Amino acid sequence: MTAPAPPAIEAVDLTRRYDLDGVSVEALRGVSLRIGQGEFAAIVGPSGSGKSTLMHLLGCLDRPTSGVLRINGVEMSGLSDTRLAELRNRTIGFVFQSFHLLARTTALDNVALPLVYWGVGRAERRERARTALESVGLGHRMGHRPSQMSGGEQQRVAIARALVGEPKVLLADEPTGNLDTRNGTEVMAILDRLNAESGVAVVLVTHEPEVAAHARRQIHVRDGRIELDTGAGGGP
Amino acid sequence: MRGRESFVMALEALRVNRLRSALTMLGVIIGVLAVVVLVSVGTGAKDAVEKQISGLGTNIILVVPGQLTVGAAPTQSRLSLADVAYVRRVVGDPAKVTVSLQSGETVRVGRTEAFVTIIGTDQNLTNVFQRPLAKGRHLSETDVDTRRRVAVLGSEVAARMFGDVDPVGRQVSIAGARFRVVGVYATVGQTFGLSRDQEVHVPVTTAQRMLGVDRVNGLAVGASGPEEVEALQGRVVAALTERYPGEKFSAVTQTQLLGTIGSVLGMLTGVLAAIAGISLLVGGVGVSNIMLVSVRERTKEIGLRKALGARQRDVLAQFLIEAVLLTTIGGAIGIVLGVGGAVAIRSFTEVPATITWWSIALAFGVSAVVGVFFGVAPARRAGRLDPVVALRAE
Repeated sequence: MTAPAPPAIEAVDLTRRYDLDGVSVEALRGVSLRIGQGEFAAIVGPSGSGKSTLMHLLGCLDRPTSGVLRINGVEMSGLSDTRLAELRNRTIGFVFQSFHLLARTTALDNVALPLVYWGVGRAERRERARTALESVGLGHRMGHRPSQMSGGEQQRVAIARALVGEPKVLLADEPTGNLDTRNGTEVMAILDRLNAESGVAVVLVTHEPEVAAHARRQIHVRDGRIELDTGAGGGP
Repeated sequence: MRGRESFVMALEALRVNRLRSALTMLGVIIGVLAVVVLVSVGTGAKDAVEKQISGLGTNIILVVPGQLTVGAAPTQSRLSLADVAYVRRVVGDPAKVTVSLQSGETVRVGRTEAFVTIIGTDQNLTNVFQRPLAKGRHLSETDVDTRRRVAVLGSEVAARMFGDVDPVGRQVSIAGARFRVVGVYATVGQTFGLSRDQEVHVPVTTAQRMLGVDRVNGLAVGASGPEEVEALQGRVVAALTERYPGEKFSAVTQTQLLGTIGSVLGMLTGVLAAIAGISLLVGGVGVSNIMLVSVRERTKEIGLRKALGARQRDVLAQFLIEAVLLTTIGGAIGIVLGVGGAVAIRSFTEVPATITWWSIALAFGVSAVVGVFFGVAPARRAGRLDPVVALRAE
């Protein structure tokens, strides 16, 4: 008697307006989309299109000016900052363009970081971080610091960190933007595999068509609106 | 996040910036060091003076004409031995009143000379003051009545004039007149910076003849119990004022002396502690400054931590614990150095530094509070950072 799983992301008419020195800038002008559990979607668009703003909203790093956003069935507008932090911690995984690893910290401790805020004990944290690192093929690099690793390896550490809490949604913001072609391909292969194996929904933000091609669904954003959605209506 | 995690994280952050952490702590270390050392010196001085005063005896009332001046003989006195006899009648117990007539004179034995304080007094001295003997006897009533040229030496005078020889029964020359030594006092130390071991006591009558005066500098009354001191003090002053209308007489009790000097030295200690406290405060401002720099430097890290699920209070706790660790570790080092400094001062100088537990507890408590107080603003700034903005920071 389990209810059908809610969509990983459900957005209805999201807008986001910034006030910059008294000038009102409308970055998003009514975006609605629904991304199902385990889906692989790419948000594409030129810079300034609003895709980064959309990404921040979907990642609960920011709040919409208006509209409804549900992450894994949880309506976010009513949540306190603390509950929002918990939602990011347990439901969402982030991968950034510039990796954002803690510089003087080992790969293992970098990966274990989200679990610290979850309240997981040290022994279990290390165990889970080890498993996550092994799943991105870095089982032999656990004691290394970011400065001792290549860009591709650093991004794989960041992917392991995003996955260690077993999130429902993985948000990747230009994950190959700082990588050469070979490392970029490798990172995308890992994302493909993780999406297929663990069933985590992957939302990719990119302006590179070949990267976006990894996703089964492309959502084109321009001037704060969805211009084209190749898989609109996904989900039940 | 668990408390232990925040603690480990903060320690790690301090370790990474070792030099900066050490320099920031230095301000707190110096502040706490100053508080502990200066309070020790102040308290030590107060204790020493109080010990000197209570070492005089118990329930003593000192009576002098005019205004009381500590450590110096009043220049003018009209009190005579007849007045002393009058005070004895007022007090009721003649044995509880003694007199003092002081003069600086040269004492000579053979070729050894010394300039000492000669005090003319009487047989009642030991009924009022604590003045134990090392050898021989005290001055007697007969010595006073018959103006004998006898003397009781302070321990330092005896040692200087006679060395290892027993002075009792030997002659000394005081201002050219020959005196026979009848006793030597035990060592008693200083009062108000004057060594009482450098005194020579002679009968007051002999001293008056020697100096060609018929006055005394003052008298001292011993009350039989602490509850009688105040009433007796009032009675003596009233009686003297009645005898010499329009003149002023001062009577001060040991308790009043203790209270006055204690409050002066207590205030001094307070001022020293306040000055030291200011340097502790400056150290705290340094901590605040460095924490603000640290928050700015680590904006990106804060943004990342928030994206990964750190709540506002997690980030706040991390930076606050860092600030408090800076000040408490600095405080602990300052206490160790301060206690070491106070012990060194006591060992190598004459200053009687007394380490007080309250100053140590206070210094540590204040440094922890300084950490919280000066850490809270930077930590709140860190906690409130918008993750989107923070992640974009360069």
